Amino acid sequence: MKYLDEYRDARVVRALATRIRARITKPWVLMEICGGQTHTIMRYGLEELLPPEVELVHGPGCPVCVTPLEVIDRAIEIASQPGVIFVSYGDMLRVPGSRSDLLRVKAAGGDLRIAYSPMDALQIARDHPTRAVVFFGIGFETTAPANATAVWAAKREGLANFSMLASHVLVPPAIRLILGSPANRVQGFIAPGHVCAVMGYSEYQELTEEFHVPIVVGGFEPVDVLEAIAMLVDQLESGRAVTENQYVRSVTEAGNRAAQQRMSEVFEISDHRWRGIGHIPASGYRIRDAYAAFDADRVFDTGQIRVEEPAECISALVLQGLKKPADCPAFGTHCTPQQPLGASMVSIEGVCAAYHAYRRHTA
Amino acid sequence: MTVFTCPAPIGNRDTVLLGHGSGGRLSAELLREVFLPILANPVLCRLEDQATVEINGVRLAFTTDSFVVKPLFFPGGDIGSLSVNGTVNDLAMGGAKPLFLSSAFILEEGFAIDDLRRITASMAQAAERAGVAIVTGDTKVVEKGSGDGVYINTTGIGLVRDGLNLSAGGARPGDAVILSGAIGDHGICILTRREGLELDTAIESDTAPLHSLVDAILSVSTGVRAMRDPTRGGLASTLNEIAAQSGVGIRVEEQAIPVHDTVRGACELLGLDPLYVANEGKLVAIVAAEDADAVVAAMRTDSLGRDAGIIGHITERDPGMVTMRTAFGTTRIVDMLAGDQLPRIC
Repeated sequence: MKYLDEYRDARVVRALATRIRARITKPWVLMEICGGQTHTIMRYGLEELLPPEVELVHGPGCPVCVTPLEVIDRAIEIASQPGVIFVSYGDMLRVPGSRSDLLRVKAAGGDLRIAYSPMDALQIARDHPTRAVVFFGIGFETTAPANATAVWAAKREGLANFSMLASHVLVPPAIRLILGSPANRVQGFIAPGHVCAVMGYSEYQELTEEFHVPIVVGGFEPVDVLEAIAMLVDQLESGRAVTENQYVRSVTEAGNRAAQQRMSEVFEISDHRWRGIGHIPASGYRIRDAYAAFDADRVFDTGQIRVEEPAECISALVLQGLKKPADCPAFGTHCTPQQPLGASMVSIEGVCAAYHAYRRHTA
Repeated sequence: MTVFTCPAPIGNRDTVLLGHGSGGRLSAELLREVFLPILANPVLCRLEDQATVEINGVRLAFTTDSFVVKPLFFPGGDIGSLSVNGTVNDLAMGGAKPLFLSSAFILEEGFAIDDLRRITASMAQAAERAGVAIVTGDTKVVEKGSGDGVYINTTGIGLVRDGLNLSAGGARPGDAVILSGAIGDHGICILTRREGLELDTAIESDTAPLHSLVDAILSVSTGVRAMRDPTRGGLASTLNEIAAQSGVGIRVEEQAIPVHDTVRGACELLGLDPLYVANEGKLVAIVAAEDADAVVAAMRTDSLGRDAGIIGHITERDPGMVTMRTAFGTTRIVDMLAGDQLPRIC
């Protein structure tokens, strides 16, 4: 298949692995931020190809996993109300809130629908003018432009029965938090290619300068991930620290200006809680006051719902690379994809779920 | 070091979820925790796709299946042909010659008689192709809103060949794992119709009766241990069931498993893994290694087995586990899913 097969070519993959082995002389700790990249690493068993000196830690880049407990509870509260059609990306449905999950709201008669795009939710709102249609708009900078566009279009159309429960998080503040931690072990980052396709990579250049840490913007196929690792190893071995772009077929330095404009029209930067990590300043988006009529938290008055995360879960340490999923005594025993305790076991992109599904059987 | 005590898992023993019908771990749990403790008997507890019972010295295969597919009509078939082929295949996988079917309709008030006629005609055509007769049936009507147009249950009986004892618990280390063709066609066909995805090339369901392919296999080998059609839950779930029931490991080669380009493309787009996508006209056979080549050759003479091939083998190592050698020579564990495969967000 064109545009895919060339990035999964076994010969290219092996050549990149050889290049990494030939270059490396000492241990390095690298983090891929994005859950999609974690998934690729696990699905293709890429760690087996790497020399033992490379330690990969899997970062907080699964938007499903980092959506805070209280936002899930708000979603459940809204979706349970009579007359509401609640529209969500598929894997949000299984994420446990403090007491229930959306799948059980559906089993109890709630009108929940899976969509691939917020535009589907807009269409549902047009088709059902007497029902309140709420889209669960979550994600990193990747989904934000489409979600912003849905809100923007709803206002322009006067689609009064549409609103969005928004929980958007931003990647650079999370990297800053990890790098700023005294316990930090990560020496190089693979930045998320799709986020950078939207935002460009100047924010990462700032991080590189501030913390003297190499960052490579990487894609999502096996060849992309290995090439990004090779570029990081090369920088680390030669003592350089710059931001480089591996994912040149999708990412430019400036990013997608039209998408950025639409996002800043609808959203403003706000402090945000991350499930498993906690409060990170200026790390999310909220819907601007001009669009308050389309903000489900304000429409349904759910913004005041506050829930504390269970202190026991070690996902905070896992997502910062300080622990591996297998270090948790619950991993694979009473925390499984079937009965997830922490959110990182819920989504297939979550690091615990990815480990569980694709853990190397030699481990 | 801190001692980590995770909170108690969120129990979900109170209500049925859609995932309980997915063919994955939740389905197995329902079986294990609700049905089997109450209904247990030696035949049921074998957990084959069909029961084999002996009556007056005659061994019969007996199976039932309900069909709730949406949309009712899809490229390559409809709920009618699917309901016949599904039950025919469950019989055939036990090495039985399918003979008689029942069909029970649960109709929703307001359903178009023309559609019902079309579905019934499709059942008749499928039955003729499979060489079975629909000899009894039932009709119930539920109030508007209590059903989804039409649900069909079919039950079938067939005659088991003399001396044949196929079982998902019969796989032995060294046996070959044979797959009859490309995976994922049915599930992706249904999903793309449901999602209204416009693809360049329409993906047709592979729904088909597999009895003649089974005939071809059994005519050349007495070393067949088990056959299964990987329907809901896909190839991955079927292999996991065989590994668990036989207490063996299964090692498959990623590159040996055919997937049509259109299915691969749709899976990429939808964030799905074809290993977990449903098939309705494919079979997996576990065959003694020495017979494997002859079985593959015989399967390839049947149009439904044209792309048949050996995709892996049974191992002593990793009992109960399915592993896959990727195109890069690395290993991936092919686990069973908990519930339905949910699309990934990005």
